[in-house]
Amino acid sequence: MADNVTPRVRVPREASAGESVSVRTLISHPMESGQRRNGDGNLIPRQIINRFTCDFNGENVIDVTLEPAIATNPYFQFDAVVDATGTFQFTWYDDDGSVYEETADITVA
Amino acid sequence: MELSRRQVVGTGLAAAAAFFGLPQIASAELLDEAINEFTGGASTGDSGITLIAPEIAENGNTVPIEVDAPGAEAIMVLAAGNPNPDVATFNFGPAAGRQAASTRIRLAGEQDVIAIARMADGSFIQARQNVRVTIGGCGG
Repeated sequence: MADNVTPRVRVPREASAGESVSVRTLISHPMESGQRRNGDGNLIPRQIINRFTCDFNGENVIDVTLEPAIATNPYFQFDAVVDATGTFQFTWYDDDGSVYEETADITVA
Repeated sequence: MELSRRQVVGTGLAAAAAFFGLPQIASAELLDEAINEFTGGASTGDSGITLIAPEIAENGNTVPIEVDAPGAEAIMVLAAGNPNPDVATFNFGPAAGRQAASTRIRLAGEQDVIAIARMADGSFIQARQNVRVTIGGCGG
């Protein structure tokens, strides 16, 4: 597991039914591209987050395939429709097999 | 053999082009491959998709982009001038509010950023924007 991987997500605390809310996510991760060389001229092996998914109450919102060209600390912003009170489940998949998870609750008035 | 100034300059330019140009050529083939893999060789339209990227990016290590294609199933983003042209593929699920997303990407130098959307009816649309980069990403 890469060091100091911290997921952060931001969703509104409440929304009205059927509203499209903006979701922002950030995860601190070096996203080593596999193109860089270290001081000895050897390639530093690739280690990136290769997949990110967001689900709301079990229904998929977005499923992103990441390549090395995604910047360090991958950031995503997208919209989700909420029709009932529930939980967003965020999942990041690392090249080394680690899985980072985060949840966020939203209340529909 | 006497070399004229013109010959020397010409040779130098050719050498420089070979040196800097080769990665671009290799990348062009990879780019076509990546596009064909996504579209299956289908032709792409050009309306209904928006790609927002800065005209000039100061830092190629983190270039903010935004794609928006109402009614799309998936949007693939490519960087034509990177060593590996793939950037990301966004697949939208039933709970997506808009078929739009923003993220930050790495660009190795001045190049075109391309977004291709696969629509629900199986057609493809494409948007392309040139971005100038002051400091290259990808370890450059």
